[in-house]
Amino acid sequence: MSTQSTSVPGMHRASALTPGRLLAWAVLIGMLIVTLMPLWVVIKTALMQPGDLFAQSTRLLPSDPTMLNFERVLGLVSKEDAIAAGGSGADINFLRALGNSLLFTGIIVVMQIFCAAMAAYAFARLRFPGRDVLFGLFIGSMMVPGVVTFIPNFILIKDLGWLNTMAGMVAPFCLMQGFSVFFLRQFFLSIPRDLEEAALLDGASHLYIFLRVVLPLSLTPMATIATLTGINMWNEFFWPYLVAKDEAQQVLPVALQTFKSQTPQGQPDWTGLMAATTITVLPTVLLLVGFGKRVVESVQFSGGK
Amino acid sequence: MTLATPATATPVDPPRRQPHALAKTRRAETLTGWGLVLPAFIGFVVFYAFPTLRAIEISFTDWNMLRAPKFVGLANYQALLHDGKFWNGMKLSLYYVLLNIPLQTVFGLFLAVAMDRLTRSLFVKSIVLLPYLLSNVLVALIWLWMLDPLLGSVNHLITSVGLDRQPFFGGVDQALLTVAGVNIWRHMGLIAMLFLAGLQNIPRHLYEAASLEGATEWQMFRRITLPLLRPVMVFVLVTSVTGSFQIFDTIAVTTNGGPLDSTRVIVHYIVQNAFSFYKMGYASAMSMTLCAVMLLYTVFQMRVMRANENDLA
Repeated sequence: MSTQSTSVPGMHRASALTPGRLLAWAVLIGMLIVTLMPLWVVIKTALMQPGDLFAQSTRLLPSDPTMLNFERVLGLVSKEDAIAAGGSGADINFLRALGNSLLFTGIIVVMQIFCAAMAAYAFARLRFPGRDVLFGLFIGSMMVPGVVTFIPNFILIKDLGWLNTMAGMVAPFCLMQGFSVFFLRQFFLSIPRDLEEAALLDGASHLYIFLRVVLPLSLTPMATIATLTGINMWNEFFWPYLVAKDEAQQVLPVALQTFKSQTPQGQPDWTGLMAATTITVLPTVLLLVGFGKRVVESVQFSGGK
Repeated sequence: MTLATPATATPVDPPRRQPHALAKTRRAETLTGWGLVLPAFIGFVVFYAFPTLRAIEISFTDWNMLRAPKFVGLANYQALLHDGKFWNGMKLSLYYVLLNIPLQTVFGLFLAVAMDRLTRSLFVKSIVLLPYLLSNVLVALIWLWMLDPLLGSVNHLITSVGLDRQPFFGGVDQALLTVAGVNIWRHMGLIAMLFLAGLQNIPRHLYEAASLEGATEWQMFRRITLPLLRPVMVFVLVTSVTGSFQIFDTIAVTTNGGPLDSTRVIVHYIVQNAFSFYKMGYASAMSMTLCAVMLLYTVFQMRVMRANENDLA
């Protein structure tokens, strides 16, 4: 047990299988099973013939897997065939909802990050009257719960005639997000001033320095914020549910909720729903496979100081 | 312009025309500053500041969005005091928080400690975090199916070991508990990740010193880990408690307030008043009351846990 073991966490007890370590493994493996089991059941159900639901619900694998549910959900088979296959006849325009979700998330991420970076740079580097008061107000806005602002914001969007439009869905998120401003300001404060001062002496304007010196140095924290905002917006349900129930504008979470509540034959169309669920989970899994490290670190940052 | 000459940049030897030049760069800096802040400022005013004030104003009116709002003073606030459904909603939300938070925090903490000890595998971290990355709606659908009274896998498991089928979301006594369970499943991994980040900031030599002095694992956890995790703990508790108090999505998808109002939590009741009954004033008054309760809780929690101090500093 040397004092050199600092790089390996928890090694002050050596790595023998003590009761504590056994317990820890048990907790961890148990949690992983609890996390993955439901997802397995979702995929299994999505691959089942609708008629087999009752007979096969205990099986680990469906006996005759089918892609029919996926085809139904993606609108690749006619409505009559879908109902014949045991569907409820409810419609889900999955691809349109997917497109809406991509647009909704994309617009917000790009605009919010850019607006937040501009404001954060001004707060971190420029002196102007009202700066500190304004920054305090921005921080304060993080404390205002959504439950206070959703009614006035709904009325505002309604008065603007933006109900059931993309503009109405993205507006409240586009320009201002206290946490993004705060997070990027912290990062800008940590950049050494030397580079900027050299550029200032060369006669560069603050705007030029922001765009050409600071932003290129800030791609990592901006990616962190983009990841967090992207995940939150991809999953946002409440606001789009209030302002854009119209089928043409529905984002994925709203479309799924609608699909679930349309149950002309009593029972929800489980195989169809689970096929839709599987397709919706897929982008998240791909995100984790491709950028797992970034995602994990971004989420951990959100709880930072 | 003048900035290009080195003389203006060194404060030691100010030439005569500097005050004017300085005033000019100052003005430019002010302009740039406000220019850069402007988009976010507009967003702040239009979607935070103004709506907050307007919510207060609406809460003093009787308004159905069709006719002009009518000022009624404190009538909405008086009405909610006598509204059994409001109190039921507050009670259910509180009950939900009490079901949700302790288990979620404890599970998250154990999971974090286990991961800190055993593995840094990105694969494990990704799986642990996965449920949180799925939307509330997806998670609700997944569990609605898992817990289906007739066909759900969980009931098959239960009956296969000889126990009785459970209604879960369909049971008056169980629905809220089930919603809490589902959200624990979704958030446990997130909490674990936040705690894990905090754990990895704790200097290892503290544990080494303690273990040299013969401290047990449990003693080290109590005396070192828990106290040094306090800042993360405050963050986790404040955000998860205020978040849980505003539970809505999962309920909108699974029970929609039922059965028999057993999951008509406060935010669901507020949304129902606003968008089903068009009682905008009354809904706003309830929102403001809920906000006040959460603000009080936050201040209390920060005080109790001395949130601003860090034992490592």
